[in-house]
Amino acid sequence: MSMPFYVSPEQLMKDKADYARKGIARGRSVVVLQYDRGIAFVAENPQSLRKISEIYDRIAFAAVGMYYEFENLRVAGIRYADLRGYSYDRSDVTARGLANAYAQTLGTVFTQEPKPYEIELCVAEVGRSAEQDQIYRLTYDGSVSDQHGFLVMGGASSQAEERLRQTWSPGMSLADALGVAVATLAVDPAGGEPRSLPPSQLEVAVLDRHRPRRTFRRIVGPLLADLLNLDSPTAHAPEADDGIPGHPDILSGVGHDSPGDSHDADVSDEIVEVDPHVPPPSDKND
Amino acid sequence: MNPDRPRAGRLPAAYLEAGSSSFLEFVSDVDPGLVPGTRPLPGGLTVDAPHGTTIVAAEFAGGVVMAGDRRATMGNVIASRVIEKVFATDEYSVVGIAGTAGLAIEVVRLYQVELEHYEKIEGAIMSIEGKANRLATMIRGNLAMAMQGLTVLPVFAGFDLDDRRGRIYSYDVTGGCYEEHDHHSIGSGSVFARGSLKKTWHPGMTEAAAVAACLEALYDAADDDSATGGPDVGRRIWPAVAVVDIDGVRFLTDEFLAAAVESLVAARLGNPGGAR
Repeated sequence: MSMPFYVSPEQLMKDKADYARKGIARGRSVVVLQYDRGIAFVAENPQSLRKISEIYDRIAFAAVGMYYEFENLRVAGIRYADLRGYSYDRSDVTARGLANAYAQTLGTVFTQEPKPYEIELCVAEVGRSAEQDQIYRLTYDGSVSDQHGFLVMGGASSQAEERLRQTWSPGMSLADALGVAVATLAVDPAGGEPRSLPPSQLEVAVLDRHRPRRTFRRIVGPLLADLLNLDSPTAHAPEADDGIPGHPDILSGVGHDSPGDSHDADVSDEIVEVDPHVPPPSDKND
Repeated sequence: MNPDRPRAGRLPAAYLEAGSSSFLEFVSDVDPGLVPGTRPLPGGLTVDAPHGTTIVAAEFAGGVVMAGDRRATMGNVIASRVIEKVFATDEYSVVGIAGTAGLAIEVVRLYQVELEHYEKIEGAIMSIEGKANRLATMIRGNLAMAMQGLTVLPVFAGFDLDDRRGRIYSYDVTGGCYEEHDHHSIGSGSVFARGSLKKTWHPGMTEAAAVAACLEALYDAADDDSATGGPDVGRRIWPAVAVVDIDGVRFLTDEFLAAAVESLVAARLGNPGGAR
């Protein structure tokens, strides 16, 4: 019998961490940030395979990295939350409990499986007030951190986070928050010109603290284009849900008359030019 | 990075299993005791438990109405005057229950989670046939209990987003699921309610007319069935009435129902046969 090569535990962990980090850095980023009415999630994601999802009434999930790995954990999170809510009460489902369960799972996979998960997760819960909001970041090795105000995952997230630290401020309107998030995503990590990200390249969702029961809404279509358009007066998502029948979490601004919706539906194709050097105008606060 | 982390903390395999969007299947796997109908009962005994009574449902042009009285009975005793037996199960559907109240409410609660769970995992609303079949699966699972007298019989109504109309489904204890046309009623007073609806319901009714027909039917059920609660003007307890249409589910307000029931009672003074 031949002796296997000796690999020190430090080396083994470092190799796994490098492997996971490389995998995560290849993907596009996701930005999670607070705004005046809740928490917004913005991903550069032109596909229908979603990176952002509702977990429970006030809890949502965002992820970067390998789709099948985080999809697996997303479903596990919905199962965890629904089981907890069914056997206790809807108010007993918390983001902290879910973040702990995810952390244990990620940590166990990292130490015990040959291949670590190449993913980074965010679990966020919207509170009754901005101070009670919780945003947790979970990394491939199971470490959890409680973030204040915003976070960026995937790609060149450390530079992006530094940028967001300068542009983000508490109490921004949704339009302003989406503006800084999109500007952050548009930055070229290699230092080149910022890309332009039309609404069709984005996946945007919010947890709106003022909605009853299920607070998660995907922002799509004309409403998203309107919110991203700096010339449009729309600064907030409408409080009423869409008047068109369909999935209750879709908010497109179609089918009801909101005071801010003075635009036609054809603005959805418009490209939003993002200049990273100019902070978004703040005159859009109502 | 903690190499000493215990394996026990990881989410169990059932959570990470791929493929299923059903909460019922997941709970049966992880914690079967939470699923109604799976708990063993001592043989040969029957249990006395509160029973829900009459539910009526009627289609109208553009949707469907479901109404239930508020009484639960246990033998000859009124167990509750204010029980709710009509539930919104998602944005576009409602379930009314008759039979053993405790079990039925548990089935509805599980069913509500089942629909929401599917919606979140799939990112899509289940088709109306899908919803009706999921409920049938739950009733089927309760057959052993039903054979010992703990029957749960629902009626399901929803708005069909493809055909843009209301639909009604009824069930039997074996989990048989049947689409009903026009109108339907279940529970102890259902025979009388059905007779009433036969005379008052007609195709292409407006929503207001369908609500009135359902209230009339509940009055007729309470008139001849001792287990169905009649209009309780003294206590201000009104039937629960849900309307499902393209805008989703909404329950009629107490103010509206108070006026509707009071005018119905007034119209029946000296005219026990009611509308025709």
